[in-house]
Amino acid sequence: MEKRVRFDSKLLPYLLIAPQIAITLVFFFWPAGQALWQSMQVQDAFGERTTFVWFDNFITLFNDDAYLESFKVTAIFSTAVSVLGLSLSLFLAVKADKVIKGTSIYRTILIAPYAVAPAIVGVLWTFLMSPSLGLVTHWLSLVGVHWDHILDSKQALGLIIVAAVWKQISYNFIFFLAGLQSIPKSLIEASSIDGASPMRRFWDIIFPLLSPTTFFLFVVNMVYAFFDTFAIVDASTKGGPGRATEILVYKVYNEGFKGLDLGGSAAQSVVLMLIVIGLTVVQFRYVERKVQY
Amino acid sequence: MKIKLLVAACAALGFSTASLAQTEIQWWHAMTGALNDRVNDFAKDFNASQTTYKVVPVFKGTYPETLAAAIAASRAGNAPHIVQVQEVATATMIAAKKAVMPVHELMKASGEPFDQKAYISAVTGYFADAKGNLVSFPFNSSTTVFYYNKDAFKKAGIDPNAVPATWPEVMAAAAKLKANGEKCAFSSGWQSWTQLESFSAWHNVPFASKNNGFGGTDTRLLFNSPLHVRHISNMADWMKKGYFTYGGRTNEAESKFFSGECMMLTSSSAAYANIKRNAKFEWGVGPLPYYRDVAGAPQNTIIGGASLFVMTGRPAPDYKGVAKFFTFLSAPERVAGWHQATGYLPITTAAYEVTKKSGFYEKNPGTDVSVKQMIEKNATPTSRGLRLGNFVQIRAIIDEELEGVWGGKQDAKTALDKAVKRGNEQLEKFQAANK
Repeated sequence: MEKRVRFDSKLLPYLLIAPQIAITLVFFFWPAGQALWQSMQVQDAFGERTTFVWFDNFITLFNDDAYLESFKVTAIFSTAVSVLGLSLSLFLAVKADKVIKGTSIYRTILIAPYAVAPAIVGVLWTFLMSPSLGLVTHWLSLVGVHWDHILDSKQALGLIIVAAVWKQISYNFIFFLAGLQSIPKSLIEASSIDGASPMRRFWDIIFPLLSPTTFFLFVVNMVYAFFDTFAIVDASTKGGPGRATEILVYKVYNEGFKGLDLGGSAAQSVVLMLIVIGLTVVQFRYVERKVQY
Repeated sequence: MKIKLLVAACAALGFSTASLAQTEIQWWHAMTGALNDRVNDFAKDFNASQTTYKVVPVFKGTYPETLAAAIAASRAGNAPHIVQVQEVATATMIAAKKAVMPVHELMKASGEPFDQKAYISAVTGYFADAKGNLVSFPFNSSTTVFYYNKDAFKKAGIDPNAVPATWPEVMAAAAKLKANGEKCAFSSGWQSWTQLESFSAWHNVPFASKNNGFGGTDTRLLFNSPLHVRHISNMADWMKKGYFTYGGRTNEAESKFFSGECMMLTSSSAAYANIKRNAKFEWGVGPLPYYRDVAGAPQNTIIGGASLFVMTGRPAPDYKGVAKFFTFLSAPERVAGWHQATGYLPITTAAYEVTKKSGFYEKNPGTDVSVKQMIEKNATPTSRGLRLGNFVQIRAIIDEELEGVWGGKQDAKTALDKAVKRGNEQLEKFQAANK
């Protein structure tokens, strides 16, 4: 016997999803539309004089070496954060999965950094690696590394990568651990009986079975590196030295809020919006389809 | 007893109705720490001095945050009466003809006495329109000065009472300090302001065309002249020799000085309060160093800090209160008190005289250096200040390119040429947006 509630009214379903649609319109489509509209205007800070310039802001943007450089920095930064973050947390998850005594203590400690606010993470690592009084700087000097991220652009990029990875490891760790625990023990046991070494078991059974989780995390980490690392940059390097750590979101802030160039900054947000849309499409097309638990 | 209570209740009642009838005046500012306390004191004293208006100071974060908040509020039709705006954003504010009420008009319309001539010319110059009328109310202006560690000088065998006046003298001292084992001989705060902007005025060379931008928005940058290149390549050289240490884009170098890490410093005169509080050694203040072979140098230095802008869009009667508050703030003893406590300039000549008479400068040697730097010569069209649109971005560009020099990636000429080119793009943008 089929049990299904039937709505005869044609209006009711729409009414039920209306709040969600309203929220989406007000908080997503309206601001996005405004950004799109503003990205085609040149306007003074107070909005007293507005000129509609079509795609001039975008043309200026892509002719600007600084912007292209920022793309490069963002690409290096987000790839480094994702790859390093994923490999480290996978390593930790595999190790934590094997721990028998004190499991919850290990796990809690590994999850803790996720509770730290990004701005605090930035400040924390700036202090640890401060050229004149940092603890890590001191250790580095013992092994002969001169650390000065205020002047050295590679080290500055290194600093924000380390800070961003450190913060994100916990998140990845939880997902990897859950993924590991959902792998049927029988598969692993069977391969052990067949004489597969631990390394072999990992690469041929565990890693492929984790791949949906890994891919999902990769996309999430990319989005994180692109958009959620603003506070880390702001609290540590502020985009410097030069433009060495000026990632795309930081540039939007710099030009919109500090420089008060609303048109140019809106154009940059639109480009960022396109990137997010792209990442989301990738996630839906590949992750959602290929997930097989 | 009962009567006393009744009187007290009546008084409280009277007081509360009075405060209800008061007109509130919103004052958004960016002053932290001890400076924030002083700002609150100004408001408290003004509120106690009369009953019609109540000034409410609101801390809104850093200068850029305060400005962004004020702009957002203004666009939403809910602007504060008074907002404190950093010197670099002056051109942006002056261009906003509808959102900003010029101070000289406000004072005239409210019938408050206001004598622009009372202010130091380098201060008036920075905040005045093309006709020389003040658009904003000068509040906290500082300038660039030189600090040095007298104890370190003594240890290195340098006469601690002979302040190095020129850049070659500074570097001669740096060489001796370095030879004596000091790791950081010299550092500088606000590199764009001290080493290029103020440097230009001090040597009376233009920073930008059209009288540094006062002549119109079609101004273009000129700080890649041979003199500028010479100075920046000298600094790069000093960095290589280990005399100069880079601290950061804003005031990071100040803490390097008062913590005893760096022995000489060029930075804001407003660093005075912090150095005085924190330095555990004997130190001295001198004028900003210069190059003796440049004709006309030293001229005068450029101010930094912020001024108070009046925003439009509030009920007309409120503005009478704003004008009254400005008159209150202009009193020589108040300006003098602010100057003495903070190291900001006494922006009126009267405040300078009051401070001088009180014997403050004898008791606190070096505090008059900044003032003398500003008033000894009348400002010239090239030294009165800067009026550049998108100046915030231009400063960031200068910081970026200079960091390239300090990091050894490019030479001074390349850096300044690039900064001028990129900065000019910003000026063109501003010109287009403010036609």
